[in-house]
Amino acid sequence: MAVMRDMIPPFELYQPTEVEDAVRLMRQHGDRGWVLAGGLDTFDWFKDRIKRPEAVIDLAAVDAIRGISAGEDGGLRIGAMTSLTDVAESADVMDRYPLLAEAAGLVATPQIRNQGTLGGNIAQDTRCWYYRSGWPCYRAGGNVCYAATSRAMNREHCIMGASRCVAVNPSDTAPALVALDAEMVVASTSGERTYPAADFFIGPDIDIERMTVLKPGDLLTRIDLPAAWPNARWYFEKIRDRKSWDFSLMSVASSMRVEAGMIQDVRIVVNSVAPYPVRLGAVESAIRGRAPSEETGQMAGEIAVEGARTLRHNDYKVALMRNLVKRSIRDAA
Amino acid sequence: MEFLRRALNPWGENVPIGVSWDLIWAAVIIGAVFVVAHALLVPKKVGAGEIDESEAKGLPDRIQRHKPGARGFHWTMSVTMFVLLITAFFPVIGIQFPWVTIHWIAGVLLILTVLYHIYHVFAKQDIRNMWIGRRDMKEGALGLQAAMRRPVHRPRAAKYPVDQKMFHHAATILTLGAVVTGVLMMYRVDNFLLPQNTYMFSDATWGWVYVIHGVCGIGLIFLVIAHVYFAIRPEKRWMTWSMINGWITRERYLENHDPERWAVTEADGAGEMEGTAAGGGTGQPALSDKA
Repeated sequence: MAVMRDMIPPFELYQPTEVEDAVRLMRQHGDRGWVLAGGLDTFDWFKDRIKRPEAVIDLAAVDAIRGISAGEDGGLRIGAMTSLTDVAESADVMDRYPLLAEAAGLVATPQIRNQGTLGGNIAQDTRCWYYRSGWPCYRAGGNVCYAATSRAMNREHCIMGASRCVAVNPSDTAPALVALDAEMVVASTSGERTYPAADFFIGPDIDIERMTVLKPGDLLTRIDLPAAWPNARWYFEKIRDRKSWDFSLMSVASSMRVEAGMIQDVRIVVNSVAPYPVRLGAVESAIRGRAPSEETGQMAGEIAVEGARTLRHNDYKVALMRNLVKRSIRDAA
Repeated sequence: MEFLRRALNPWGENVPIGVSWDLIWAAVIIGAVFVVAHALLVPKKVGAGEIDESEAKGLPDRIQRHKPGARGFHWTMSVTMFVLLITAFFPVIGIQFPWVTIHWIAGVLLILTVLYHIYHVFAKQDIRNMWIGRRDMKEGALGLQAAMRRPVHRPRAAKYPVDQKMFHHAATILTLGAVVTGVLMMYRVDNFLLPQNTYMFSDATWGWVYVIHGVCGIGLIFLVIAHVYFAIRPEKRWMTWSMINGWITRERYLENHDPERWAVTEADGAGEMEGTAAGGGTGQPALSDKA
């Protein structure tokens, strides 16, 4: 493990107040710049002296990307700099998207939720300790995955979606946003782009050094939630070693539309099983038209873990995933 | 510009981890400069001289230059090589897609084609066709002078001109380098052919495996650029066509090939024989040309 040091290397600090200025600065500095949101991912990197950007662009003063407002289609717009506490405690979010409120409310501790932002939680880097210790693994531009070796400590690592790297996505809000079919709005000097949440996260097979589509110069500005399904049921559960404060070992988010006792539509997403939130398309197809019962959940759990490949220390994740998926269907309320 | 990417491993050792990606652009730029310079400076026609009609006696209209097996190898290798280069380097320059599985499967296909080629060379062809001898070197030196517009008479080649032989040997070295290191690298990626084993070598040795793989790949970028360029040069297109249809005309044969060094037999005829004599009218018995 890396030794946390108390001094961070020097950098130029920029504090823009407009999105346009922020993206211009990001483009100007490219991969030598660093975007600072809540700082909870950032300062670990800086204090470990593993990331040494020449410029830090602090978004704290960019008011345009903070806050929650009504969307055009009956949905909600949440600025990327909105704190996790504001998301978790927003009346609008709690009333219409309790899945997201629950997920945001389970991030770390109250102090971290006050400081951390929704955008930062979504775009944070993986917590694989081999990677975060600064070792030259694939994700750090090297040619080996230390976590996938036969003697590695890989209890928290992935059971699917690996491609050389076996790190997992650590975000709690990401699976909820994929389950809610949110859209990510990304700004850059060339304009604004929108990505479905499911496409926003990318695996190491596509780019082993990134977890999202964001490239240097791209700024996640807003998360758009579409109009919620009427009478939707939802479920969110986060499994972690310490309930008081920890990253998830696994989380599941489901959003389900049930009519006449039958599942009409459903989205189920599991995180921390792969380098990206995994939407369970095969499970969703299999359970449409069925009752959200124990039997359906059991079947869904079995389908969900098909193809799972465990590492030395994480075979427990297969049983955990099977059960979480079952509960996400059976217990959705 | 740096040549190697290096990193500190967990034991604090500074080890190579791969070749610098800047070299991709270096290979592309060198290839482009070579193509432009060659296109501007070298005349389109570096002929070998006039045809001696007496040599045409007994030769078929069409002379087989590449057997179907050789052509099949060439085009299969071409496809796999393009797939390998695209999957290796496009993601590095920012065109991203899931490339790893496609890359190693294409690599396995390349290995199979190379194994077939080795078998074909020893069983069906004459490996001496690719040797570079004293006459080849003389041919090359005179050909270079002719390309530089010096008033020299370029001698006719054997079955394969010396520049083709040199390209073949360069491609062989780089391909084998990429294949051997590629097989080793398969021990580090998820595949159903070889078990993952990171501990086979030290970090530094693994690093050099990656460096050699990268150097060979980048070298192949240049070779592919040069090969495609020569394949579409007007005065070389007859050779390109022969790699498609297998044969060359009697005129091309006599213009570019020395019957003493590539004696045509009846088996090489892809069309009507004009006579019965073999050996290109040299008075020598026809060599058993197996190529």
